[in-house]
Amino acid sequence: MSKEIIKIEDLKREFTMGNETVHALKGISLSIKEGEFVTIMGSSGSGKSTLLNILGCLDQPTSGTYDIDGLAVRNLSKNELATIRNEKIGFIFQSYNLLARTSALENVELPLLYNSKVSTEERKDRAIKALKMVGLGDRMDHTPSQLSGGQQQRVAIARSLVNKPVMILADEATGNLDTRTSYEIMSLFQELNEKGITIVFVTHEPDIATFSSRTIVLKDGNIIKDYLNKEIQSAATELALLPVEDH
Amino acid sequence: MRLLNLFKIAFNAIILNKARTLLTMLGIIIGVAAVIAMLAIGEGSKESIRSTISSMGSNMITISPGADMRGGVRQERSVMESLTLDDYKAIEQQADLLTYITPVVNGNGQVINGSNNWPSSIYGVNPDYLNIKVIELQSGSMFTDAEVQTASKVVLIGQTVVDNIFPDGGDPVGKMIRFNSIPFKVIGVLEEKGENTFGQDQDDVVIAPYTTVQKRILAIDHLNQVIASAVSEEDAPDAVTQVTEILRSQHKLTDNEDDDFHVRSMEELISTFSATSEMLTILLVAVAGISLLIGGIGIMNIMYVSVKERTKEIGLRMAVGGKGSDILMQFLIEAILISITGGLLGVILGLGSTVFIEKFLHWPTEVALYSIIISFAVCAVTGIFFGWYPARKAAALDPITALRYE
Repeated sequence: MSKEIIKIEDLKREFTMGNETVHALKGISLSIKEGEFVTIMGSSGSGKSTLLNILGCLDQPTSGTYDIDGLAVRNLSKNELATIRNEKIGFIFQSYNLLARTSALENVELPLLYNSKVSTEERKDRAIKALKMVGLGDRMDHTPSQLSGGQQQRVAIARSLVNKPVMILADEATGNLDTRTSYEIMSLFQELNEKGITIVFVTHEPDIATFSSRTIVLKDGNIIKDYLNKEIQSAATELALLPVEDH
Repeated sequence: MRLLNLFKIAFNAIILNKARTLLTMLGIIIGVAAVIAMLAIGEGSKESIRSTISSMGSNMITISPGADMRGGVRQERSVMESLTLDDYKAIEQQADLLTYITPVVNGNGQVINGSNNWPSSIYGVNPDYLNIKVIELQSGSMFTDAEVQTASKVVLIGQTVVDNIFPDGGDPVGKMIRFNSIPFKVIGVLEEKGENTFGQDQDDVVIAPYTTVQKRILAIDHLNQVIASAVSEEDAPDAVTQVTEILRSQHKLTDNEDDDFHVRSMEELISTFSATSEMLTILLVAVAGISLLIGGIGIMNIMYVSVKERTKEIGLRMAVGGKGSDILMQFLIEAILISITGGLLGVILGLGSTVFIEKFLHWPTEVALYSIIISFAVCAVTGIFFGWYPARKAAALDPITALRYE
């Protein structure tokens, strides 16, 4: 039995918009174990991004408990949350969120700059390793504007890996990419998952979900489905089956 | 280590945004430089006015005979004979707020050297005269007290006189000239003083012992004036009072009689001049203050906008583990680096333009240390505050709010 990375119970999140209170999450309980590749599905407004933000310690729940790697998040200060984000979580965004006019290498180094335990040499080594892992070993000096969307997302993935997190949270990480590039990225995620990294992936594309080991479907702030995938598709195989594009 | 990282982050951010950094700095540079240059001009003109006044003998006190009614007709001052050598001696002995004092008798006449002649004024004085009027000697020496005693026929002449009666050049010292019909030996030439503020040629003079002028030229025994210098400019008004009292008792005036003499210090002149230069300085300070204010607003704007437009970046930095304090520190370091560099460049530009103004426009300038300190401090503080304040607000945001900021 592998250990639980995420354990949430009766998690609620409410937003106040003027006089109205919006219930984005209406009491969700779930746990995710180490090594799982979970996709969170749902239409827009279902609360999936809200859930991911809370899981990523970017946002705080209104009520309920959330334990990450055995730590109760509720009792942590802002600074402790920052440390958790820095050391335990790798976050990947739909819009990449890379620093403009900054080289890929420096973008990947960014999280380590906020970790005073890592020396300058180690920081560079680890960033280079992470970039090689995502297949951008030859593009380290390129700035985001010199990279394609898929390459930018790879830089973001390298950035999320560089701190050796216990889990990677991806928010519609393939949302801005074409099918081919999406599959390339998914195959990269699968590779990382095989190396034992826990992945939580928010998407609204059903085909992306078939690459994960478990799918959770949200609707109006509640979990309506939570199932393990019997037949996990290999993104690499699917990629090979795509018709070759004319260039 | 941690601070070093933040320095690296801040430095990278500055390098990344060269144009914005430069614009921010420009506000600071121009603000600081303008204040320094303007106050330097203000102080310079103030100083030049001050030195002009003191070259005229700013602590000089003039005692002249006054209002003597003769049958109801007021007489011109120069024909008055109410000021005597005894008055001079009384003042010399009793007044302790005076450093130098000399009697003055003066008359006009023709200065003659061979075939050259020139109309000029002769002043009969004692050796203190040069100190009171702040006159230097170009060559030769002043006559001595002994020469005054013996009414020696020696003179010192001003440059205008030299030019007119010695047109062929050569040192006049030691030569014999005549004033009217009386021969004098030239023992010194006065340093050129040019025109005074009222347009009088100060070099068109002949100076001789007062005894000589009294006895040999004018044949009088009264004095036209007594001039003295007070211990200091501040003591001048008290010295005036003192001299007035001495003269009143000397002339045996009762309480309800008016003074029959006039005692004047340069005080009025000085206060007029310093009021003018004060006003000039106030004007310049006001202009400098406004430019500093505008510079400050410029800094404020750019800092505020630069933090605002980077809210998303702040969100990202927090998402990858930057603490609120890290973000704040980063922006503070950025603001400090920009403000200090801009401030220093401003000081350099300010000093440079001051030198330029002095050298090429020939305006008197004097850099005031306080202007450097104040302008630098104001710009640095504004820059740092307006870098820090919006950054503090951004750092206090939830990471997700900052990330979503558009």
